[in-house]
Amino acid sequence: MPFLQHSTSDTLPIHLDASPAQPFFHARGLSFAVGDRLLWLNLDLTLAPGERLAIAGPSGSGKTLLLRTLAALEPMQSGEIIFQGRPLSDWSMPAYRAHVVYLPQRPALPEGSVETAPQLPFHFRMHQNQHFPAEQARELLRMLGRDEHFLQQRTERLSGGEAQIVAMLRALLIAPVMLLLDEPTASLDAEAVAAIEKLIANWLQENPERACIWTSHDRQQLGRISDRVLSLATGA
Amino acid sequence: MNSHYINLDNWQLGLAALLILLNVAISLALRLGLAHSLLIASVRMMVQLLLVGFILEWVFALTTPLPVVGIGLVMTALASVAAVRRTRRRFRGIYWNSLLSTLGAAFLVSGAALAGIINVHPWFAPQYAIPLLGMVLGNLLTGMSLSLDRFMQGVARESGVIESDLALGASRWEAARPLIGEALRTGMIPTINAMMVMGVVSLPGMMTGQMLAGASPTAAVRYQIVIMFMIAATTALGTLAVILLAFRTLFNRQHQLCEKKVSGTF
Repeated sequence: MPFLQHSTSDTLPIHLDASPAQPFFHARGLSFAVGDRLLWLNLDLTLAPGERLAIAGPSGSGKTLLLRTLAALEPMQSGEIIFQGRPLSDWSMPAYRAHVVYLPQRPALPEGSVETAPQLPFHFRMHQNQHFPAEQARELLRMLGRDEHFLQQRTERLSGGEAQIVAMLRALLIAPVMLLLDEPTASLDAEAVAAIEKLIANWLQENPERACIWTSHDRQQLGRISDRVLSLATGA
Repeated sequence: MNSHYINLDNWQLGLAALLILLNVAISLALRLGLAHSLLIASVRMMVQLLLVGFILEWVFALTTPLPVVGIGLVMTALASVAAVRRTRRRFRGIYWNSLLSTLGAAFLVSGAALAGIINVHPWFAPQYAIPLLGMVLGNLLTGMSLSLDRFMQGVARESGVIESDLALGASRWEAARPLIGEALRTGMIPTINAMMVMGVVSLPGMMTGQMLAGASPTAAVRYQIVIMFMIAATTALGTLAVILLAFRTLFNRQHQLCEKKVSGTF
């Protein structure tokens, strides 16, 4: 049977029971089975504003599926999600996903130049009142150690790590409240990993009402980037 | 229409059939492996057409609408199955979607053309209704199968881009619209191409047939013009319907892409 276990990194406080009257993000009773294999059962997960939660677990334990479920990209088998005091059923999906953005491990970018990729979401109805923040885009790009030349490249020619950087940039520019990051640094070199971690830290600091969930294989990284670790495990 | 044309005898058909030996010879010489299929296709074509000749002879004598409509329905059902056959990736209910789209588009346009444009009396006159419906269906099924295949392939290939659009706040419509447009364009290409070169490069079969049967070329082209507009309208309607129905199946109300509903090589 699969089981779940909560553990905490020793330097940081636990927010589990310290959630305010209106929990910022609360998923409860989530269960997920693939065929007759149960990946998790009655999973509860609460996030306070400003919190950074890590999800750890071996490959195949369903980390990606969990993030996809939280992003409502995967049909929920059981359980419910409450975000900003409203159940998922009260949210229109585009509005919810504009707030809670999921970044896949291998991001897919539309054909075209790197420059146009982050502008695309601003054509969606959901973001029609926002303008593409060109200045902020340049600033973020600089922080990620890329120059203007990078913007002229074709997305089809990018390496996995570069695509990850573009996808990260694109996600941050639509100003989400919560980020669901699926191994966002898996294909990056050490320098880029540090840049991404710093970027997310800055993003969280800018607004206390933001939070994020990471998955990573790197134990050391989990210590650096999270306040709390949720371990998914598959028992024998 | 005057019928001063040469009736073909069996020996003449036999002579024409000898032409297939050319194909067989080429296939054998170049080892194309087509000889077997060519022979089967020739026999099928001959048997099917000779049978249909008998059937049509009987159909054209009909004076009540019900059997004519029934035959139209059978033709429609066969076309709708054929439209799906060529699509490698399918989902549950794809045949119903295809039938609904074919039926709606073909009957609507053919009905309007028979009753409103050509002014046939009675409206179901099989001599007009059946050939016109047949031509419309034949073209519609090509358009539908092309666009359906393109759409399903697009969804499979670009599921990553579709999902990242959804994850950034796109509605299912916004995420799928490029693919829907692409699929509809693909479905219309054969019809547009045919219209572009019609009369210049190609003399369409129906027109040729009418002229062989003694109709004046100026009268025959008028029918051809009507039928081409019918084909264009039906293809647009039918492909739009079948693609929108597929879209509704593959993208649910929660704006999720349901890849699991698709069988075949995804």
